[in-house]
Amino acid sequence: MREFLRSRIATGALAVLGLVVLVALFAPWIAPQNPYDLGKLDLLDSRLAPGGKYVLGTDGQGRDMLSAIFYGLRVSLLVGVASGLIALALGGLLGVSAAYAGGRAEQLLMRVVDIQLGFPAILVALILIAVLGKGVDKIIIALVCVQWAYYARTARSAAIVERGKEYVDAARSLGFSHARIVLRHLLPNAMPPLIVVGTVQVAHAIALEATLSFLGLGLPTTEPSLGLLIANGYEYLLSGKYWISMYPGVALLVTILSINLVGDQLRDQFNPRLAR
Amino acid sequence: MTVFILRRLAQTLLVLLVTSALVFGGIYLVGNPIEILVNPAADEMEKARAAAALGLDRPVLEQYWVFLKGAASGDLGMSFVFGRPALEVILERMPATLELAFLAMVMSVGIGIPFGLYAGLYPDRISSKAIMAGSILGFSLPTFWVGLLLIMLFAVQLGWLPSTGRGPTDDVFGVPVSILSIEGLRYAFLPALNLALFKLSLIIRLTRAQVREQALLDYIRFARAKGLPRSRVIGVHLLKNIMIPLVTVIGLELGSVIAFAIVTESIFAWPGMGKLVIDSMFQLDRPVVVAYLLVVVVMFILINLTVDILYAALDPRVRLEGSRA
Repeated sequence: MREFLRSRIATGALAVLGLVVLVALFAPWIAPQNPYDLGKLDLLDSRLAPGGKYVLGTDGQGRDMLSAIFYGLRVSLLVGVASGLIALALGGLLGVSAAYAGGRAEQLLMRVVDIQLGFPAILVALILIAVLGKGVDKIIIALVCVQWAYYARTARSAAIVERGKEYVDAARSLGFSHARIVLRHLLPNAMPPLIVVGTVQVAHAIALEATLSFLGLGLPTTEPSLGLLIANGYEYLLSGKYWISMYPGVALLVTILSINLVGDQLRDQFNPRLAR
Repeated sequence: MTVFILRRLAQTLLVLLVTSALVFGGIYLVGNPIEILVNPAADEMEKARAAAALGLDRPVLEQYWVFLKGAASGDLGMSFVFGRPALEVILERMPATLELAFLAMVMSVGIGIPFGLYAGLYPDRISSKAIMAGSILGFSLPTFWVGLLLIMLFAVQLGWLPSTGRGPTDDVFGVPVSILSIEGLRYAFLPALNLALFKLSLIIRLTRAQVREQALLDYIRFARAKGLPRSRVIGVHLLKNIMIPLVTVIGLELGSVIAFAIVTESIFAWPGMGKLVIDSMFQLDRPVVVAYLLVVVVMFILINLTVDILYAALDPRVRLEGSRA
């Protein structure tokens, strides 16, 4: 932790990230209006430029962009973090178990991982969305399916190092069950690299969800994430009303950038090959 | 080598079968294309006739079997919307996507490797830090949003470049190509830049990381100790060794550029395969979606295979699985 704080950029990024998370958590209390309460919207206020009553302007329905962004951040973060955590649990467990079991099972799992990682995330996501349809749960499932392989590969390579160590032999000779050795001994020791992969993956997941929503393949319009807000502003962009697309994009960028910067620092810290 | 390639081809067939079953079965469940294709005023009789004409009234498994039989002979079904073979519709759009992907790769490699080399050789200079900051920004910027910004800046505000569509094409051996003329390049520049940005950042970061790791190794020190000129140490010894992982990544990224073209093409209304598949998904044009995914999966497998073979050819330390036998 002390080492982390020594990097000024990473510390700044962490602070910004903390702020983003707080805004997302407390959106209903700090947003100037509830952007989805149609009674509060005034159509006469639609497409107002930033300034005055609406700090970041309004969209086509007279919705305050700042409030819409706060709420959109909630959806984007929820989808990114939830899918990241589920994929981490699933991929981590599979990867560690495969390394522990060895043999055919390990080979089979890694072959599946290799094949999947041979395809770009957006293609895999597209296939799954085509199959599953729309909705928050569906998009989380799709993102989990896209991400688990990264975690599985990382977990396996970490666990391969661990499985040869003496504490694993000791646990085995004490007669602990396989499940206990995997869950209580191997998995915790494989966690640090998984966390590094996790930060990068959450950023990817948020970006991917935004992309899918932008294409109209992601979340339903009742729960607009940042990607959907950007898509909604697209039609006004060519007539110079930039703010409807621009500011949700800035919010998205700040979120992804701060996660990436934090992840970068974590990775450098865990990388023994970089001499410091 | 032969064993390796044969094994990979067998694996390819398996992947194709799984993908097609998944996509075919899944898309079947999503919606009823008849509702979209037939005039809403049509009665049940007419709907049934249309369904029979398209083969939609038969059970899913039978439809899938018919599809598989056709696919084995290169027939991936007829597009509901275009009324022509799905494969034909896709292949028609392929040159547009490929030229966009090619241009984007040229941009990202042409700029990425020199920048990464510089940042790796002089990691403490301010300019190197600026390059790295730029690359992490490029890494974090969502592609589609950058596309919007590019349109806003260069097409709407400055009016320098066209924002949408593809320029005039020239025929090269019967394939329409637009990037050979200045006018065509004007149209292709923004979408290609948009597509290149993410890969560019990736290549910069990768080159830099490679340079920094390799520069500390003994063979570089030895070459220096021999008194070789710096340009030779960098240009021959270092570059040769960092190229090995770079070729792999560049090869794999070519495939990913083709996939990500879906996003860029949608924004810039570039008439390629990516825009086609998104349109087809909305119109529930099932044969086109299935055919697109299969075509892209085949392209991917071929690219991956080529990269693996190239990798082995470049690095004598690598042995392909199965070639030991």
